[in-house]
Parts: sequence; structure tokens; C-alpha cells
Amino acid sequence: MKKLLGALALMMVMVAAPSAHAAEGGAPLEVAPNRVNDLASLQNGAKVFVNYCLNCHSANSVRYSDLRNIGLTDAQIQGNLVFTGNSVNDMMRIAMTPADAKRWFGTTPPDLSVMARAKSINAGPSGADYIYTYMRSFYRDATKLTGWDNVVFPSVAMPHVMWQQQGPRTLTKVVTHEVFDETSGESKGWERVTTVFDESGYSTSTAEPLQAAGHSTHATTEFRFTAKDPARAQAYDNQIADLTAFMSWMAEPVQSDRKRIGMWVLLYLGLFLIVAWRLNAVFWKDVK
Amino acid sequence: MAGEKKIETTGLLGWIDTRFPLTSTWKAHVSEYYAPKNFNWWYIFGSLAMLVLVIQIVTGIFLVMHYKPDAQKAFESVEYIMREVPGGWLIRYMHSTGASMFFVVVYLHMLRGLFYGSYRKPRELVWIFGVAIFLCLMAEAFMGYLLPWGQMSYWGAQVIVNLFAAIPLIGPDLSIWIRGDYVVSDATLNRFFAFHVIAIPLILIGLVVAHIVALHEVGSNNPDGIEIKANKDENGIPLDGVPFHPFYTVHDIFGVSIFLLVFFAIVFFAPEMGGYFLEYNNFLPADPLKTPPHIAPVWYFTPFYSMLRAITDDFAWVLAGLSLLAAVVLFFRSKGLRGIWRIVVPGILVVVAVLLRLIDAKFWGVVAMGGAVVLLFFLPWLDHSPVRSIRYRPGWHKVLYGIFIVTFLILGFLGTQPPSPAYNLMSQIGTLIYLGFFLLMPLWTPRGTFKPVPDRVTFKPH
Repeated sequence: MKKLLGALALMMVMVAAPSAHAAEGGAPLEVAPNRVNDLASLQNGAKVFVNYCLNCHSANSVRYSDLRNIGLTDAQIQGNLVFTGNSVNDMMRIAMTPADAKRWFGTTPPDLSVMARAKSINAGPSGADYIYTYMRSFYRDATKLTGWDNVVFPSVAMPHVMWQQQGPRTLTKVVTHEVFDETSGESKGWERVTTVFDESGYSTSTAEPLQAAGHSTHATTEFRFTAKDPARAQAYDNQIADLTAFMSWMAEPVQSDRKRIGMWVLLYLGLFLIVAWRLNAVFWKDVK
Repeated sequence: MAGEKKIETTGLLGWIDTRFPLTSTWKAHVSEYYAPKNFNWWYIFGSLAMLVLVIQIVTGIFLVMHYKPDAQKAFESVEYIMREVPGGWLIRYMHSTGASMFFVVVYLHMLRGLFYGSYRKPRELVWIFGVAIFLCLMAEAFMGYLLPWGQMSYWGAQVIVNLFAAIPLIGPDLSIWIRGDYVVSDATLNRFFAFHVIAIPLILIGLVVAHIVALHEVGSNNPDGIEIKANKDENGIPLDGVPFHPFYTVHDIFGVSIFLLVFFAIVFFAPEMGGYFLEYNNFLPADPLKTPPHIAPVWYFTPFYSMLRAITDDFAWVLAGLSLLAAVVLFFRSKGLRGIWRIVVPGILVVVAVLLRLIDAKFWGVVAMGGAVVLLFFLPWLDHSPVRSIRYRPGWHKVLYGIFIVTFLILGFLGTQPPSPAYNLMSQIGTLIYLGFFLLMPLWTPRGTFKPVPDRVTFKPH
């Protein structure tokens, strides 16, 4: 019986071992800075959110007045964050109808209320990591309708709304893959293709064959961004980290409360456990 | 008539007892219900299942007060509960965690029954009511999962209801009848809501009562798998029994406090449980035009979902072959089948083998998935072991149990993964092991060297 349980426990560990996950587009996700308990970051994130996101995207489940919980007063909210004729007691809705959105963008921009939760991956990167990486992975591509594409979400309909904040960047994409003959289907060896998208979105591609030995035998894709104005790009990263924190908070405003209350509940149950344990022992001590 | 009853109580209790069997019921089921004193920790899960049922009903009532069963409003009403209803997030997390923990405790409760032969004569009905509860629980969980109206709710329901379309002749009409529409829609949401909050809970509670009444009629089994009623004192009280109250009530309070510690640790610190209790994709509202790339049911259905996916056209050949082989062996070698049964049972197997090739593999996937649960009803008659408890069975029986458990866990893991050729092969082997474990029980359970069973329970005073 004991051995059986031991073997079972071992199996559970093996089954639960984490497996590698990649985002939809294949680009690995960076870990977002955790600022979800930092009120200054959350307030700045709220500012970025209402200025740049809350025009095409809605947050239908969030009330402006919820922002009181990140340390803002009604006057601050009304004066700085409500741009429409709305009151602070209204939900963060937008004027654009889904039908218009579909016509203008080809798809309806999703509601962002719980997006930070929806984009998490089982036993993998969190939705915050997704948002943080996604918002910093746009590149100019002149062949696309909007003039933009994203390495985390290829062919995304959304343009790079905050491109002025980030400043011009170039993307170097390095793909290592095996080349097959089109007619016979036989391998013609491996090659490395380097594609550079310049800051205007025009790309140049160079391919170099690789020797059979001395490189890995699985296909890889690497993305490298180079900012023309590193200081501006860094400031943008900071803004996006704040925006990510705000969207994480917005997805579950109660998250820090529940952990705080949870500590007390577990403490109480821990004490109750001791009482229950002793009570049990008292009754059973005479059972022979 | 009532006057002929012997009433020992006086006052208000006496007044009630002359009109209602209050004291006698309390005695029969609690204070003078004698349970074996050698229960181990495996015996906590029945009580815990009751506790979780109560949690689900109470939190469910409060959720229904705020939830809107309407395809336009359902998703946002859940977020409304999470954000604006005072304490709503706690109620909702308790309900969602409760759903998963219900299956955790019920699977462990069933495994306990399997280990100690708790389904053997005279407890067949206890077991049958239990399997019926498990079936109801699956229906309850499945229908409840549609209600948040997220992407996984929607597409999970779509996949499962479409399975009914695989039934020959009536299938397509049947699946439309279940949905009330050509796709999962508002009509489906409303009827699932009705089933989830009224119909199935009513059946569930009835079955739980039947489960307990049947148990108390025959008495509890124990880890030694022997009858405590065989050794009674001069008052007719089992020598190895202790009254349920207070001895097992204090045990259960202790067990409940450990369980609640785990339960609330999940509720407060990991309500999504890494995307397994609350699937991340379900935070996207249902979109009938956007099929998610990977649809996986919640973890507690995945072992059965694996079996569903395992039945491919190639694999149907294997099953047809095995079915024919079983028919031949039963016809020529069986000692148990007599008279007409010697023709009928192999005959049915031959028909099944032929149908396996005639009807689409998808249908057989549904049969395998349903059969994997229905098979459990027959467990009392499949197990021919001379002893009940695993403690006194041959060592290799324990190995088989171990293989079965590991197989079930691997099937569960495979069900969460996107299909691949290697995983499909693994789930096919797993399906054969699962079905073989039960269907071959008449062959393997009586064999081997069994250890002598003691007359009295083994018990170490605390």
C-alpha cells in the first residue's frame, strides 16, 4: 500500500512536470515586472490605458469609480481620466459599435476587462507577460495594411498605437531551417535566413547555407529589435510595464484583497485544526 | 398506532417523538450507528463529498441571485459577480474550486471503495447508487461549465453535444433536440441552466440519501474487508464497532479542518489553479465564429476524453479483433457461462465486432467514453476475488491496481494535450488497460495466493 502510494506520488510529479510553452506567434514571452501592488505604477498605467487603449477597446466590466481602489479620488478620476461625458459611476464603455469596428479594422477589438487573465497559459507564462511582450513587439512592415506587424501576434489587425512613445526601431529576424528540393522533396541542407526590417518597414533578406556540422539540427527563429533612440524605447518599456500592471489589476481588482484575507482565513483554520486534532485525540484515547 | 410506540423521551422531544421519528432516526444513523473502529484516512472522503455538496448548493444559491442566464449577459454577469457583488468573488471562487474539489474527493472516495472491496456483497446497491451519483455529478459539472459563457464553455459544450450526433439514425436530430438549436446558443444556455440549478441537484440529493440509507442498512466496510457484525457482544453491538457519533464526528471535524485548509488555500491564493480549475481561455467571451485552436475539457473529464479520442478507425479494427477473440474464448473455454448464455454472450460480442466495422469510429469513441463509466456499475459482479480488501490480495494484484491508477492519471494528462500520433497511441494503450482491468476481472481476481483474513479488525489504539 505504502509503496503504491509512493509510486503514485512519483507519477504525479512526472505528469505535472512543466512543458515548454510558446506564444501563438512563436516568439518567446518576456517576464513582465511585477508592479501590481505599486499604486504609482497602477495610476500611471490607468492613464496610459484611458489615453491609448480605451478608444478602440472597451473595458465593459470595469467602472471608472473602481479606480478609487488604486488610490484616486473621484475628482481626480473625473478630471483626468474620463474624457467622454460619462460620470465616474459609468462603466468603461466606448462609442464605437462592434459593427463599425469590424468594418474599419476587419475585426472587433476585444474587450480588455479580463484580458490579462485570458492570455495566461496553463502552467506557463502569465497574461501580464503576454501583454508586456506583445506591446513591445511591434515592427514596421510596409507590406501590411496598417504598416505594422507584431512578432508575438503575427498579422495582427492592431497598429502600433504608441509608436511615437517607443521611437523608430529595426527588427532583425534570423530563421534557421532545413531547405527541401521543391520537386523531389529531398533535403538540400540547412540555411540561415536573416531578414532586416528597417524603420520604414522595408525588408532585406540574406540567406547563407550552413555546414552540416556545427549547428543545431532543429529549426529556430530569433527576433532582435534595435532601437534608434534607446532612451526613448526604455522609457516606453517603463510605460508598458505600468500599463501591464494596470491591466493585471483590472482583470481581477480583488487579487490583493483576497490574498490578505486569505492569510487570516488560513491562520484561523490552522488554529481550528489544532483544536480539532486534540478533540479527536481525547475521544479516541480510550478506544482499545 | 402512534400510541403503541415506546417513547422514552419527555417534554418537547417526547412530543415530537410521538409524532415524528426524530430520536430513533438520530440513533439509527448517528449516535447508535456502529462503524468499524479501524477506518483509516481514506474513509474521510465520503464526509468531505457531503461537505463539498453543501458548499456547492449554498454558494450556488447565491450565484443564481446575481447570474443572468442569457447569451448576451451571462459573461458580463459573472464579472459583475466578481467585481460588484459584495463578497461575490469569494462565492464564485468557492463554487469553481468546489467543482474541482468535488471530483478530487469523489475520485479518492471511489478509489477507496476499489481498494477495500466496498462494492462487494452485500454493498452492491451502495456502490450502484454511488456510480449513479458520479454520473449525475459529471452531468452537473458539464452543464454548469457552460454557464460562464466563455470560449471553453461554449466550444466544450459544442464538442460534447456534437458527440450525440454520432449515434446512428437518431444522432443528428438528437443533438439538435439537446441543444434546442443548430449550434450552442441562448436556448442551450437556458436549458443547461435549468438542469444545473434544479433538475440534476434534485436527483443528486435523492441519490445521496439513497446511498447513505443503503450504507446504513448493511453497515460500513473497513480496510480489512471483514464484517464487524460477525462478532457482537451480548447487547448485539459489534465488538469492533464504535458509534458514529462522537467517534467519527470528531474524526471528520479533524479531516474537514485539513480539507478546508487546502480548499481555502486554493480559493484565496490560486483560484485558477494554473489554468486547470478555471481555464484561462474561458476569460474570453464565447464567440460562435472563432473556434479556439485547442479545446480541452476541464481536468476531471480528461481521462474519459482521452478514451473518446483514442477510438480511431484503425483502433476500431483492434477492438473488433479483441471482441471476436473474446467471443471464441468464451464459447469454447468459459466455465461460468451455462445454457443459453453460452450462445448469447459470444453472439453479442460477434455482433459488436461486426458493428465496430460498420458504424463510424466517432460513435465507438462515445461508447468507450460512456462505457468507461457504465462499466463501474457492474464492478460487484466482475470482481471474483475471495477476499475484499487489497490488504489480503496477492502482491501482483496490487501491481495491477497501481498500473490502473497510473494509466488513469496518464489518460487524464493526455486529455489536456493537443493530439499527436505518439499521444494517440498512448491513449489507445491506456484505454485497453482501463477496459481490460475491469472486463478481465473475472479472470484475474480469483487467481494468486491470498493472505489469510483475520477474524477481527486490525486496530492500533491511538
